[in-house]
Amino acid sequence: MSTPATTSSGCRVCDTHRLMPASRRIRPPGQAPEAGTGLRLRGIRRAFAGRAVLENLDLDIHPGEFLALLGPSGCGKSTLLRLIAGLDQPDAGQLDLSNDAGRLAYVFQDPSLMPWRSVMANVLLPLELSGIPAAEREARAREWLAAVGLSEATRRYPNELSGGMKMRVSLARALSIQPNLLLLDEPFAALDEFTRQHLDELLQQLWLNHAMTVIFVTHSITEAVFLADRVVMLAARGGRLLADRAIELARPRTRSTRTSPAFNRAVESLSALLHDGGTLP
Amino acid sequence: MLLGASLEILLRTNDVPAYLLPPPSAVWQALLRYGSELTRATLQTAIAATSGLLASAVIGGLSAVLLSAHPWIRRAFYPYAVFFQTVPIVAIAPMLVIWFGYGLKAIIAAAFIVSVFPIIANTLTGLLSTDPALRDLFRIYRASPLTTLLKLRIPSAVPHFLTGLRIASGLAVIGAIVGEFVADTFQDGGGIGTAVEIAIKEQKTDKVFAAVLMASLLGLGFFAVVNGLSQWALRRWRIAEISE
Repeated sequence: MSTPATTSSGCRVCDTHRLMPASRRIRPPGQAPEAGTGLRLRGIRRAFAGRAVLENLDLDIHPGEFLALLGPSGCGKSTLLRLIAGLDQPDAGQLDLSNDAGRLAYVFQDPSLMPWRSVMANVLLPLELSGIPAAEREARAREWLAAVGLSEATRRYPNELSGGMKMRVSLARALSIQPNLLLLDEPFAALDEFTRQHLDELLQQLWLNHAMTVIFVTHSITEAVFLADRVVMLAARGGRLLADRAIELARPRTRSTRTSPAFNRAVESLSALLHDGGTLP
Repeated sequence: MLLGASLEILLRTNDVPAYLLPPPSAVWQALLRYGSELTRATLQTAIAATSGLLASAVIGGLSAVLLSAHPWIRRAFYPYAVFFQTVPIVAIAPMLVIWFGYGLKAIIAAAFIVSVFPIIANTLTGLLSTDPALRDLFRIYRASPLTTLLKLRIPSAVPHFLTGLRIASGLAVIGAIVGEFVADTFQDGGGIGTAVEIAIKEQKTDKVFAAVLMASLLGLGFFAVVNGLSQWALRRWRIAEISE
């Protein structure tokens, strides 16, 4: 179950490529890859009101990896994401980032845009907060809005956008600081299936084009298998790891991937695991 | 119209003396007769109420920002804010005369005292109820408390502040009129509250009713103006109007 270790001190920028999983190397040529942040979690425990949501959790996440955290509601996957983001502190255990100076971005389940700011101004926010020179900001925001297909909507306001468009603004906002680690907490859960598949493909493309580690929390097995290099499944109770599976599907994954036998085998085996181990304590 | 007509008939057929309850036609005639005098008085009151409301908006808004800074500050000072809500303005108005002297200052102070609390309370709610996800976002980017206040908490509180302002607008007019009852110097003829007071003493019941009517219209107009302003601001803020 344990993965080839990111030999504690060794995984700095220079080692990134050696440690990158094979599936990652088929990245199309283009932008120079930067390092994604690697993570090392040991013995993580987090309890709320005496009830342990996460218990003695060990997990290694490789730089540049696309990891899906899968599990039923209340299994602690969002808690784990908040711990990684530094929004919450573990009661016990150690959490190390390979790149302490790395930039981190977070996408919430709701788009959480500021209604009083235009689409452009919403994407500018993280750039303002992290002290990027004013002259540079707008060009970067424009670039990311183009990357999510919203070049035409920069002057519009959130209340004029559809749910899918709002989520794309939220993605552009997160990516605008060019994060080394992108955390997403069930970002597309509230969207319709068509929009969701479209955004899954968009997210994959963004990850392929821009080196970063992605941790994607979801309760959808098909979404996890479609997106991830590796699926980590948490048990419904007790905060144990139920499975840690590599997903060996060629990239870029497309609509036809969803109907391939390999895809369905992966979905079925994870689904069986969730059914067997997910419900009982 | 129908209500006025039936009241007119009812009063005339029952021979109610005009000094008890003047028929609508008499009030209308009084409005025409004292029109320019009452309009001038109403405008004078409007100036006092506007000044009081502006003072409430500025001081109330700033107080809410200070109170939002820390739970301890709220625990220590919020009771004093509540005091403004519960103090009987009629009882304290004579004190205002002692502190500020007769005249406009005391009247503005009365308008301020009755209108400041709704602004503090509503703005504070807005400052403390920002979207938790956005608060997390600001934490992730390590925004300073000041940046968070300026870029997140204050903009989030604008709709709440405007709600407070609308409630306060009606109260400011009442506060100004009560202030005039006690503190007006009759300079330039005095405000609409003074006009009511004098008309009562002269037993001109029709003029009393005409003046009260003008005072009500002032309150209504005041609310309409503030309401219009806040709707405009909310549109500007891209937030759907919360209908009341």
